[in-house]
Amino acid sequence: MKQLEKEVISKAWDGFNGGNWQSEIDIRDFIQQNFSQYNGDESFLEGATPATKVLNDRLIALKLDERAAGGVLDADTKVVSTITSHTPGYLDRNLEKIVGLQTDKPLKKALMPYGGIRMAKDALESYGLKLDPEIENFFTDLAKTHNQGVFDAYTADVRRARHYKIITGLPDAYGRGRIVGDYPRIALYGIDYLVSAKLDDLDNYGDGEMTDNIIQMREEISEQIRALNQIKDMATAYGYDISKPATNTKEAIQWLYFGYLAAIKQQNGAAMSIGRVDTFIDVFVERDLERGVLNEKEAQELIDQFTMKLRMVSFIRTPEYNSLFSGNPIWATLSLAGMGIDGEHHVTKTAFRFLNTLKNMGAAPEPNITLLWSQKLPETFKHYAASVSVESSTIQYENDDLMRKQWGTDYYGIACCVSAQPIANGIQYFGARANLAKTVLYTINGGKDEIGKAQVGPAYEPISTEYIDYDEFMQKFDVMLDWLADVYVNALNTIHYMHDKYYYESAQLALKDTRLDRTFATGISGLSVAADSISAIKYGHVKVIRDENKIAIDFKADNDFPRYGNNDDRADEIAVWLVKSLYTKMNKHHLYRGSKLSTSVLTITSNVVYGKNTGATPNGRQKGEPFAPGANPAYGAEESGALASLLSVAKIPYQYATDGISNTFAVTPTTLGHDEELQKDTLVNMINGYMKNNGHHLNINVFNRETLLDAQAHPEKYPTLTIRVSGYCVYFADLTKEQQDDVISRTFHQSM
Amino acid sequence: MFEQKMHARKVPTRDGEIIGYVHSTESFGAVDGPGIRFVVFMQGCNMRCKFCHNPDTWKKNVGSEMTTDEIIEIALPYRQFWGKKGGITLSGGEIMLQTEFALELFTKCKKLGINTCLDTCGQPFTRRQPWFDNFKKLMEVTDILLVDIKHINSDEHRKLTGYRNENILDMCQFLSDIDKPVWIRHVLIPEHTDFDGYLRQLGEYIKTLHNVQKVEVLPYHTMGVHKYHEMGIKYDLERIEPPSTTRVKNAEKLLHVKDYQGYLG
Repeated sequence: MKQLEKEVISKAWDGFNGGNWQSEIDIRDFIQQNFSQYNGDESFLEGATPATKVLNDRLIALKLDERAAGGVLDADTKVVSTITSHTPGYLDRNLEKIVGLQTDKPLKKALMPYGGIRMAKDALESYGLKLDPEIENFFTDLAKTHNQGVFDAYTADVRRARHYKIITGLPDAYGRGRIVGDYPRIALYGIDYLVSAKLDDLDNYGDGEMTDNIIQMREEISEQIRALNQIKDMATAYGYDISKPATNTKEAIQWLYFGYLAAIKQQNGAAMSIGRVDTFIDVFVERDLERGVLNEKEAQELIDQFTMKLRMVSFIRTPEYNSLFSGNPIWATLSLAGMGIDGEHHVTKTAFRFLNTLKNMGAAPEPNITLLWSQKLPETFKHYAASVSVESSTIQYENDDLMRKQWGTDYYGIACCVSAQPIANGIQYFGARANLAKTVLYTINGGKDEIGKAQVGPAYEPISTEYIDYDEFMQKFDVMLDWLADVYVNALNTIHYMHDKYYYESAQLALKDTRLDRTFATGISGLSVAADSISAIKYGHVKVIRDENKIAIDFKADNDFPRYGNNDDRADEIAVWLVKSLYTKMNKHHLYRGSKLSTSVLTITSNVVYGKNTGATPNGRQKGEPFAPGANPAYGAEESGALASLLSVAKIPYQYATDGISNTFAVTPTTLGHDEELQKDTLVNMINGYMKNNGHHLNINVFNRETLLDAQAHPEKYPTLTIRVSGYCVYFADLTKEQQDDVISRTFHQSM
Repeated sequence: MFEQKMHARKVPTRDGEIIGYVHSTESFGAVDGPGIRFVVFMQGCNMRCKFCHNPDTWKKNVGSEMTTDEIIEIALPYRQFWGKKGGITLSGGEIMLQTEFALELFTKCKKLGINTCLDTCGQPFTRRQPWFDNFKKLMEVTDILLVDIKHINSDEHRKLTGYRNENILDMCQFLSDIDKPVWIRHVLIPEHTDFDGYLRQLGEYIKTLHNVQKVEVLPYHTMGVHKYHEMGIKYDLERIEPPSTTRVKNAEKLLHVKDYQGYLG
C-alpha cells in the first residue's frame, strides 16, 4: 500500500484493537477483537427522532398508496437495472441520514430482465405496464437470459416434473438469491482495498492448466472487480467517496448499505438478505459514543433509518410468483445476537436498537428479523425480544447453538427465511422444493399424476389392491423417491450452471472470499402430509377409491393411526426417515461446482399452492387442501397440545436439513399468561425448551383468531397488522384471500 | 400395617399401585402456576359451581385410571420447557378428593426435583383425621397452591357452588399459618360475585393472610357453555355476559392485585 493510503486507513482505524483483520480481510476477527457485550436491559433505548417520524409516515403512506393501486405505483419499462443505471433517489433528501434507493424514486420497481425476459414482461403487464419493445427484442433476439439457458438444457423428464408440479418454484425464471454479501467489508476496508485484494486473487488463480473451471473463476473475479468499481461510482453519485474505510458510525452504515444496495440493484433474487451486521455496527457506535461525537438518540436514528431502507426494498413479480410467496417478501433477513464460538454472547446495545425499530417505526415485514438464540444469551435480552414478539409477532427465533456447531463459525447469517450461511466464504444455491405428498400418490398410481392423469414418474405397476399393503407401498415408494431425487437434482444442476453463466451475482460475490464453500440447497414440501399418509397406510388399513382411469382419487382409513405432531415416535420417525431418505438419495448425485448437499423443510407460503395441486392423500386430507407450512404437523393432526407438537418437529435432524426446519407457531396472548411479565416468561421458556430439544426454527405469532377474522373483514382497520408465516413476515392485508383463510384455519394453541 | 390397610380399603389401586382418575392432561399450561407446567386435570368434584367450564370433570371414579409413574412418564419429556419455575400442576375436578394419589405423585416429583403445584377450591378440606394428617403430608411435598375462592360470603358461596365456605377459608388460614405460598384466584361473574361490597370484603380477607404471592381476577367466560348443552345439563347462567374490562379493573383494584408481586421473584 502507498504511504498516503496507509495514513488514511490507520486514521479510520484509530481506537480499534488490532488483529489479523488489519493484515487481511477478516470481519469476524475485527468483531471479535472489538465488540462490547451488553448485559443490561432495554431502559437505555431512545425513541424515534422527528426526522425519522416524518420519513416513516411518508413511507407508510406510500406503501398504503401502493397497496391501493394494486401493488405497483411505478415501474421502469425501459431502463435495465444495473448498479449504476439510476440517478440518486430519495424519500426526503434533507431528512435522510442513510441514503440510496433501488431506482430514482421510492418504491418504484426496477426492470430486471436477466433472470428471464418473459417473467419481466409478464410482471409489468400484470400491473398494466408495457415492456419497451427494444428491450424485449434485445433480450429475446440479441442477448440470452438465465431462463432461456435453462430451458435450452432441461430434459423432457424435468419439464414434465415441473409442469405437473411435483417440483415447484424452481429459480429458473428469476434470481436464485440467497447469497449474503459480507457487506461490512466496504465499511472497514473501503472499495480500493477490496479491489486490490481481488486483483491479488486473480493473479494467483490458475497458474498452469487453463481448465474450464479456472477460466470460469477468472472471468468471475474480473466481473467482481468491475462490480466493486461500479459500487464506488454509485456511491459517488450519492456524494460519498467509499474508496477508503468509513471513519464513523454513519459512514460505516452508509458504506455497508451501498454494498447491499448494489446487490438489490443487480439481482431480483428470491431472497436478498443483509446478513449479520449488529455487532459490527456496534463497534463503530461505541467508538463514537466514547469520542463524544454521537449520542444515543443519534445512534438510534441511524439504526432506524438504515432499517427503514431495508423496509423499502421491493421487486415487481408475476401473479404466479406472488401466489407462491405472498405479500412480496424479499427476505432482507437481518440476523441478531447469537454466541461466539468462544462461549461469549454477542448481544450488544445495537441488537437492542434493531429490535427497538419495531417500536419506533411500528411493525413491518422487512427486514425479516431473526434472533439467533442460545441458552446463554442474557435473560434481559431474551425477555426484551419476547416482549417485542408479544407486541408485534415480527421475530423469528433460530437455534444458534445448533447452527454454530454445524457450520463451525460464529460469523454466519441467515440467508432467505431460515438458512444459515457463513458470511465470509459460504454461498448457497437455492433450490425450491419437491412435493413429497405427491410422491406418495405417484407411488400408488404407478407414476401417473393424480390430477393431470399423465405419466410423469417411472411407469411401473400401480398398487391395484382395494387396501394398500404397507410392504408393497414401501417397495414402490423407494423407487419413486429415487426418481424424484434424480429429476430434482438434474433440474437444479441445470439451473445453477445457467445462473452462473447468465445472471452471475458479481456484486454480492465481490464482497466474499474468492474461494467459496458452496451449498446445494433442496427442499421438501408436504412432509407432514406424507408422514401421516404413510402412517395411515401402516397402521390405519387404508382403502383406495379409484376413478375410471384406475387412478386413486380418495382414501379411507378404517382404523385410527398415529400422526406426526403428537410426540408419538411411531409417526414422528416416519417424518425423520423421509428427510433422511430423500437426502441420501439426492446425495448420490453429482452436485454443481462441488457443492455440499443440504435440504430444508420449509414451504414459505407455497404450502397453499402445493396443496392446491395435490390430490386427496391417505391421511384424510382432501384434494386441493393446503399443506401445513414448513415442518408443521398437518392441520388437525395435533391433538396433544403445543409442546408435543414442538417436540415432534424438533426430532427432524438438522444435520440433514441444514437449510432449515421451519416451524410456525400461533398462540393466543392469554394462553401465554395473564399479564405481560408472565407472557414474556412463558415465551422465553418455550423457546428455550424447543431449542434445548434441538428444534431449529420457530416463528412466533401471538394473537387471537378473532383479530385475524376482523382484519380480513375490515382491512382498513389493520393496515400494518404483521404476522409471521413460514420463514418470513408479512402484512396480513397483503396475503391473498386463500392464504388469509389458510392462516386463520391453522392451529392456534390456546387454553381456556 | 393397620394404617396401610385402612388406606387400601378406600384408595383405588391397580396391581397394588395407587391410581388416580384423570380427566385429561395438558403439556402447555402457562396459566396454571409459575412457569410452564404440565397440567393433570383430575376427574371428580363435589361442588357444582354454576359457572364451571368443565362440568365433564364433575363425575367421580370415571376417566383414565393412571398410576403416578405413568403421569411422570408422560410429563417428563416436557421438562426442558419448564424453566426454573415450572413443573407439574394437579388440577381438576377437585384434586383434594384424591389426596393419596397427589401425595404419592408429588413425593416422587420432589425426589426428581420437579416443582409441584396444586390447583384446588379447598372444598374437601377438614381438620378431621386421618384426612388432615394426609393433607399435612401432602403440603410437605407441595411447593405452591392455586386456591380459588368462589365467594367470600358463605351463604352466597352455597348458592353459587352448593357448599358453604367456612372450611375453605380455614384451609387458607392453615396455609397461611404454615407459610405455604399460594396464588388466590377469584372468578368475576356479573350479578354473582361482581359486587363492590363483597370484593372489598374479599380484599380485606386476603390481606389477613401472610402467604399470598399473587391475586388473580379471572373474568367469567362462556367457553364451557357448549359442554352443558352436549351433556344435557341445565346451564343456570345462560344470560350472563362476561364482565367488562372496567369491572375487571375495578375488581383488581378492590382485591389489591398490584400489592401481590411475590410471584415475580
